Amino acid sequence: MKVLIPGALRSYTGRGEVDGAGVTLGAVLVELDRQYMGIRFRIVDEQDAIRRHIRIFVNGEQAHELSQPLTAGDEVVIVQALSGG
Amino acid sequence: MAAIQNNARPLTLLVATRKGAWFVHGDAARESWRVEGPHFLGHIVSQVMLDPRDRRTLLAATKTGHLGPTVMRSTDRGQTWQEAKRPPAFAKAPAGEKGRSVDHTFWLTPGHRDEANVWYAGTSPQGFFRSNDGGVTWDPCSPINDDTTYRKWMGTVQDGTPDGPKLHSIIVDPRNSAHLIFGMSGGGVHESKDGGRTWRPILEGMETVEGFDASEPTFHDPHCVRLCPSNPDRLYQQNHCGIYRRDGDGAWVRIGNNMPKDVGDIGFPLVVHPRDDKTAWVFPMDGTTVWPRTSPGGKPAVYATRDAGESWQRLDGGLPSSQAWWTVKRQAMTGDAQDPVGLYFGTTGGELWVSRDEGRQWTCIAQHLPEIYAVEAAEMN
Repeated sequence: MKVLIPGALRSYTGRGEVDGAGVTLGAVLVELDRQYMGIRFRIVDEQDAIRRHIRIFVNGEQAHELSQPLTAGDEVVIVQALSGG
Repeated sequence: MAAIQNNARPLTLLVATRKGAWFVHGDAARESWRVEGPHFLGHIVSQVMLDPRDRRTLLAATKTGHLGPTVMRSTDRGQTWQEAKRPPAFAKAPAGEKGRSVDHTFWLTPGHRDEANVWYAGTSPQGFFRSNDGGVTWDPCSPINDDTTYRKWMGTVQDGTPDGPKLHSIIVDPRNSAHLIFGMSGGGVHESKDGGRTWRPILEGMETVEGFDASEPTFHDPHCVRLCPSNPDRLYQQNHCGIYRRDGDGAWVRIGNNMPKDVGDIGFPLVVHPRDDKTAWVFPMDGTTVWPRTSPGGKPAVYATRDAGESWQRLDGGLPSSQAWWTVKRQAMTGDAQDPVGLYFGTTGGELWVSRDEGRQWTCIAQHLPEIYAVEAAEMN
């Protein structure tokens, strides 16, 4: 599946779009971390919560839980939250 | 001109700021300085620290406004950086319980000289972490991070400094790697004599804000604790409630009572002399009324004691004489090991000041940097 990467995380991926794989959002992030070591902890904290200033959208709808199921055709967009200002 | 010892090495000042890190390279005479950077532009850098055991490894505690915290590591004096494989992180809470997450790593301390690759880190929210592999992976110290009594003493986010409560001032006794000390803002100063397996607060003699129980660690707010290299039994502490000295296992003594009353003894940083346990420097700030956290009266000055706190001398040569309202954060003042000692501080206004004569005369060597969080004087190979 297509995963769009925000500018703040492209130091890990080197590009704005990467291939993701996994049956849940959490699994996709684990797989991303396997390819791009360290990227997951910048997005998700040690309690498996999406960080305060990060948003993740799946097919245009905001995802709140890492347990959200995904299929191969889904599009995942990771963005830096517009946290005011 | 200050004479310096012949074997002095060129220094690099490691300047951590709210918007990145800069290295300021000096010559052996500490007269000429060159600003290099930024490293990590736009990243919030709490501290950059050299490993004095190899004089080439650097660790940097970083995060960004959006992304989670991490530790960056360089083994070539900052030419290239690699991210820690497992940065400091709290243990995952059992299902149904609310766990803590590290907001930022705040403090980095290299381990004992006989324990190569050991590092310690303090975080916000307050946590104590250890690395055994030079900062590549980090493990939480359970006797602090998960202990119910320590968790109570740490309080909540509301009990800490404005940008989060911090575990700081991690000290390793140069005589004994198992003797460790740290401070918590708030939560007091704590000591372990068994390598971190058990800890106890060291509060005797400390004052608290009027009306609070001084026997309760929660109400203590150490800002900066330093051990004297020339006499490791002696500690100095800049606290929310004054400046203190402690010898051996004795009580803390409020040596800040000897500061001028119109300046007071509130501040954040404290620097000790590398060879003289009677000499220390502080940078007072205005802790009156609503706690402006500015230089008192808009007249910045360093104060030095040469007699272990019996008396203090104002050192403001070269510093602005009026209308200068910046101050110096707890990690943003340091000294070198040369003779005479060089002193360095970075301001909340992004200026970097240097003294080559133990504080008598000051020179501004960099301006217009972001708010400076930490300054370290590094002798790199």
